[in-house]
Amino acid sequence: MTGAVASLAIARRDAAGQDITETFEVPFEPGQSVLDGLRWIRVHRDPTLAFRYACLNANACKECMILVDDKVVYACLARLEAREMRLAPLANKPLLRDLVTEIAPPSERLSRAG
Amino acid sequence: MTRPALHLETDILVIGSGGAGMYAGLEAAGRGAKVLLADRSLIGRGGATVMAMMTVAAAIGEETPDHWKHHYKDTLSAGRGLCNAVLARLLCEEGPQVIRQMDEWGIGWARRDGHIAQVHAPGHDRARCVYVDFLNTGPALSKTLRTVVHKQSGVRRIGDLLIVDLVRSKGAVTGAVALDMTTGDPVTIAARATIVATGGLTRIYRRNSASANMGGDGYALALRAGARLIDMEFVQFFPIGHLAPRMIGLDPIMWDPFRYKLGGRLLNGDMEEFTENYGTVEDGSYVITRDNATYAITKEVEAGRGSPHGGAYLSFMHNSEAELKSAFGPVVDKLKASGIDLTRMPVEVAPIAHYHMGGIAVDERMETGVLGLLAAGEAVGGANGANRLSGNAITEALVFGRRAGRSAAENLERGRVAPDFKLSDAAEALDLVSASGVESAECNTAAILADLQALMSKDVGPFRTQHSLERALSGIARLEQCLGALPVGSPAAFDLARLDWFDLRNMSLVARVVTECALERAESRGAHQREDFPGLLETWRCNQFVTMAHGRPVVSRGPRLADLEAAE
Repeated sequence: MTGAVASLAIARRDAAGQDITETFEVPFEPGQSVLDGLRWIRVHRDPTLAFRYACLNANACKECMILVDDKVVYACLARLEAREMRLAPLANKPLLRDLVTEIAPPSERLSRAG
Repeated sequence: MTRPALHLETDILVIGSGGAGMYAGLEAAGRGAKVLLADRSLIGRGGATVMAMMTVAAAIGEETPDHWKHHYKDTLSAGRGLCNAVLARLLCEEGPQVIRQMDEWGIGWARRDGHIAQVHAPGHDRARCVYVDFLNTGPALSKTLRTVVHKQSGVRRIGDLLIVDLVRSKGAVTGAVALDMTTGDPVTIAARATIVATGGLTRIYRRNSASANMGGDGYALALRAGARLIDMEFVQFFPIGHLAPRMIGLDPIMWDPFRYKLGGRLLNGDMEEFTENYGTVEDGSYVITRDNATYAITKEVEAGRGSPHGGAYLSFMHNSEAELKSAFGPVVDKLKASGIDLTRMPVEVAPIAHYHMGGIAVDERMETGVLGLLAAGEAVGGANGANRLSGNAITEALVFGRRAGRSAAENLERGRVAPDFKLSDAAEALDLVSASGVESAECNTAAILADLQALMSKDVGPFRTQHSLERALSGIARLEQCLGALPVGSPAAFDLARLDWFDLRNMSLVARVVTECALERAESRGAHQREDFPGLLETWRCNQFVTMAHGRPVVSRGPRLADLEAAE
């Protein structure tokens, strides 16, 4: 890959239930968000990479909350940077897959509906 | 046959929890019905409502005397002769009621001198549009409805639930098969009535202004369940969607409220005003309608006079920092964080897919003609004809949502409901949700989705030709072949590649429907501009309808519309 890259080291859980870290190099353009980088990975590298988002850019849906370098951020607001960034799911919520955690209020989950 | 992991029963299933879905649920539950409000995202946070940064049109007459008939007249005029008069009238006549109701529920409409403030938006004959400062209309609306829904014990809310197909029995809809996104498992839902409130289809375009879940799934669900779609060729492009510089944390349609308040100047790449060359003199005010502005910007770019990224400049450099701050407060700081100082630089804007005028054909009770199936909000087609008046989308969501909820509850009271749900009717959809297809490594659905968006933007945008539309149809066929008949991978929690497959199943069908309707309509009208048929033709003053026959969409032409009676 020529040009500046952002290196995203992403905490994932593989099919066997093992927690692994997988690193993807993403072309870096100034002004992009971490969410832009994650979406690029899905189209160009691995469509199974899981993360939550709905509103893409507007910080309206509040779904894309993750840890970047151990800090809680919205992926749509966090700037992509031309360096290694460590991405992980929220630590205090049940993990569903990769960066996706169970963030809905308990009363709005199917598991409770029965 | 596959057994569902879970079976739910309800009186009324509402699919989608934007403004229309939440209002429908509230209204039905308020009349004693048991409601299940399902959304593929979080409840009340996905869809288009939460993204609405702009204004809501209703003739409440607080700013200046008004009457719903004036709003109705403007709506018909914007619709370029194609509005369904009954639906348009309903929107305008009941709009004030839902705006007042939202006020009572504490939405916090912006006020001035003790009354609700209303601004004058393009296409309206007077100041008619209410809003919540600053750029907070949609989030405030969603939050207010979420709070009211939360207190309504008759509404059970379930997020992360993707509806895959409606279930039919003897021509009626008896419920749905869903995919529990948190596990990948199938779920069945028995319902006496189902309300589709899934919004529009902007996700089939690359640059769009709505959530990632607006892929036209409701249109596909309704079509496969036997309902008719109307006006599917009319996709509204919002002319001044943000293009550059890259900006985060704000919706790309945010420049609309800036223009309402401050006017702004639309300039070409040579920093010259140009809309007067296309029939609209702006002179620092904001008067140009959406279809005309989209046309003017696109033609200017084609003539080699676009901005560097292929749009137009929008400039507020004539406004002082104090004016900007007073009009938009914290938003000015957010822009600065993205390196945008409006007193020093223009931004670049370009048309962006924004709203769908077409949708599910309904009557004034929001019934589709298929027993047990109703629709509400942007999912409904017809009210806005060939071009939607600005400010009508949220009004439509609330008015049609309320009406759909009421109709479904009334039908329940009268026993005019779908027959019993039977598991055998759900077999095909259940098998699909449980099926295992090729591995995602062999079929990158995220890339296919990006390809679909690119081809729709290129060939089925606001400007079309027979050649571009036929090219799009072969492109769609190629993508469909790539996708195959079975979902990629196997059932699992939050498998986005697999979820994309289910989305693409709907998106490719809806993209095909839009393209085929656009190919048929050999004229230019409102949001549908055929470069090979530039004029508006009286013979085309009719709607097109789409039904499903033998697994394929079929387009047919409705009767010529009689002259609509203008509001008196």
